[in-house]
Amino acid sequence: MAVTKIANPPDVALSFAVTRWGLALAILLAALCFTGSTRGFAQGAAGAGAELDAPKKDVLAIPIVLAREKRDKPLPLSLLDLPPTDDGIAGAQLGIKDNNTTGQFVNQEFILDVVEDSDPDKLIKEIKAKVDAGAHFVLTDVAPTTLLKLADAVGEKEVLLINYGSADDGLREENCRQHVMHTAPTRAMLADALAQYLVWKKWRRWFLVLGPNEDDKLFADALRRAAKRFGAKIVEERTFNYEIGNRRADGGFEQVQQQIPTFTQEAPDYDVLVVADEGNLFGDYLPYRTWDARPVAGTAGLVATSWHPAIEMWGGTQFQNRFKRLANRNMRPLDYNAWMATRIIGEAATRKNSGSFSDLAPFIKSPEFALSAFKGVRLSLRDWNGQLRQPVPILSPKLLVSVSPQPGFLHQFTELDTLGVDKPETKCKAYTQ
Amino acid sequence: MRSTAGLISMLGVCAALMLPTPVALAYTAFVTNEKDNTVSVIDTDKLEVIKTFKVGNRPRGIILSKDGKWLIICASDDNIIQVYDTKTFKFIKSLPSGPDPELLILHPSGNPLYVANEDDNLVTVVDLKQGKILTDIPVGVEPEGMGMSPDGKVLVNTSETTNMAHFISTETNKTFDNVLVDARPRVAIFNKAGTQLWVSSEIGGTVTVINPEDRKVIGKVRFEIPGINKEAIQPVGVRITADDKKAFVALGPANRVAVVDTETLKVEKYLLVGQRVWQLGFTPDYKLLFTTNGTSNDVSVIDVERQKVIKSIRTGRYPWGIVVAPF
Repeated sequence: MAVTKIANPPDVALSFAVTRWGLALAILLAALCFTGSTRGFAQGAAGAGAELDAPKKDVLAIPIVLAREKRDKPLPLSLLDLPPTDDGIAGAQLGIKDNNTTGQFVNQEFILDVVEDSDPDKLIKEIKAKVDAGAHFVLTDVAPTTLLKLADAVGEKEVLLINYGSADDGLREENCRQHVMHTAPTRAMLADALAQYLVWKKWRRWFLVLGPNEDDKLFADALRRAAKRFGAKIVEERTFNYEIGNRRADGGFEQVQQQIPTFTQEAPDYDVLVVADEGNLFGDYLPYRTWDARPVAGTAGLVATSWHPAIEMWGGTQFQNRFKRLANRNMRPLDYNAWMATRIIGEAATRKNSGSFSDLAPFIKSPEFALSAFKGVRLSLRDWNGQLRQPVPILSPKLLVSVSPQPGFLHQFTELDTLGVDKPETKCKAYTQ
Repeated sequence: MRSTAGLISMLGVCAALMLPTPVALAYTAFVTNEKDNTVSVIDTDKLEVIKTFKVGNRPRGIILSKDGKWLIICASDDNIIQVYDTKTFKFIKSLPSGPDPELLILHPSGNPLYVANEDDNLVTVVDLKQGKILTDIPVGVEPEGMGMSPDGKVLVNTSETTNMAHFISTETNKTFDNVLVDARPRVAIFNKAGTQLWVSSEIGGTVTVINPEDRKVIGKVRFEIPGINKEAIQPVGVRITADDKKAFVALGPANRVAVVDTETLKVEKYLLVGQRVWQLGFTPDYKLLFTTNGTSNDVSVIDVERQKVIKSIRTGRYPWGIVVAPF
């Protein structure tokens, strides 16, 4: 690792897609921060007894690499949804900060090393260099194809990749890898969570509207699967074809106001319109504009998501506040998924009092491992595909509506496994072979 | 609304004569209702709410001053501690705290007050008389549980995301040891003899019992309830009987209170109470135990000796903390 003895999180160097000068500067800055922060530690951490009795142990540095593939995506419709530049990264920074508050009591220090590139091959090369130099833990926010290439490129090494950015079910199924875990809920988990709520609400007749993109089709597949699983029926299905224009123009609503009612006209009787538009490019046009007066759910209206800035249950308020102080904005699902990934490593390192791969990786995969992540229950990894099992909040744009699994959807082992692909159905073989 | 002390004791005696069990003196229980911003006042003899009064926003932790005259409440969303008169329920004054105070505990001498501020990784030490902050003690992420050794020398704070019990010397106001426990520790409490410290882990689903002398873990209490998913077993409130023999542990959404033998650390019995049971409070004679049941808006009353739930009393919305006054 290029970066070893540095850094406390608020100061964590943001981007390391850099020149040598940039790197040197970052190290220097971080080192300065470190001298500043150790004083704070000694006070609270070591404590009276420890200071007197035991010689101070060396602080163990545990590097965590974050790999982000910069992708060109059209911007979402709403001004409120524009992604911040540090989407996800800020969540990892908070995770590092939380890990380090605990680390001060056990002489561990976590260091975040962010690598970003828009060229997947360059990104993989850079990550591989870090892994070759001894990094064991890599958090990823990359396209599924990039993740597979990366996983295969570093597969021989002692490395654990934690995917926090992709909901792709294939990465957990036919394309699963033994050294890749996932904190992001899958499309199947999100669709199941929403379906359970809609079925609980007795809104069983769905009008499915999907976008033309590949991601939208995958989410539509997940919704169809969920409908079948939980006893809903898709009574109508339409694809919303559109040309991506500029998200903003002066005006625009006049045409949409005409367009959506006619698009949704003459549907068979349905209870709820379910939309699959992962990029949020048209879905938000649907609520209040459908021909029939019906609620909208899916990727717009009522949504299933791993996190939302309005979640305050289970100690979430303090968590939201900590994030806002750090990032000066609301916490988004990607931030939360990255925070969980960072905390998985921190939690394992604290419990095992170690930073070594051979101590941490098997423990993380074991049934004893539990992550507490403001969801009211312990989270753990599915031992058949490395997916983090988790409750999924259901929200209207401003408020928590419910949390799935819903009451009555039972499971032999844990109700959390009613969400997503369950053990008997999995196509993942890497974990059993 | 009661008017005089005489009337109360008379009512108390009458009620005690009418009820077959348990024969208890009339005390007053105070319950904070997190969602209503109120405190419900319960007559422990009649077992009914006799008064509800408004307090600050999001009231949670609640204790009494040593002389019993003050009710001290964490008004979490106001970022202050509020003091109310235990007899007239009138507001007396506010005390400073750090952001988002949640639980608090008094030094056995009656002063100072130690407050866990969930939002800034600090335990704040507040002088009760002068109403000012004496110092802050840095601890782990999201400090919550507060336990005080019977001799007043050691304060224990738990941090919910760091997952540790921090041992703090009340002389130096510094941490001198940190013990790792299971995920999301909520409550810490010493037994009367000072030989055991009990720490509940809400997400870990266990209670860790620590020897305060050497800070070694004596053992862990584990819970298993047929038909209840293990994720729903979430220990929060812990109270230990006067003779140190039994511990009662509130199990959150498992809707049960476990009765645990403090020597074997084995569960003897599970008592069915209201929904999402969190905090517990004994009457001063240890005959009754009250439980706050957040999602069912009530408190359950447990007859300690018979280990039976004898009544549930409707409170405000989301009852959170409870304290019982000796009058």
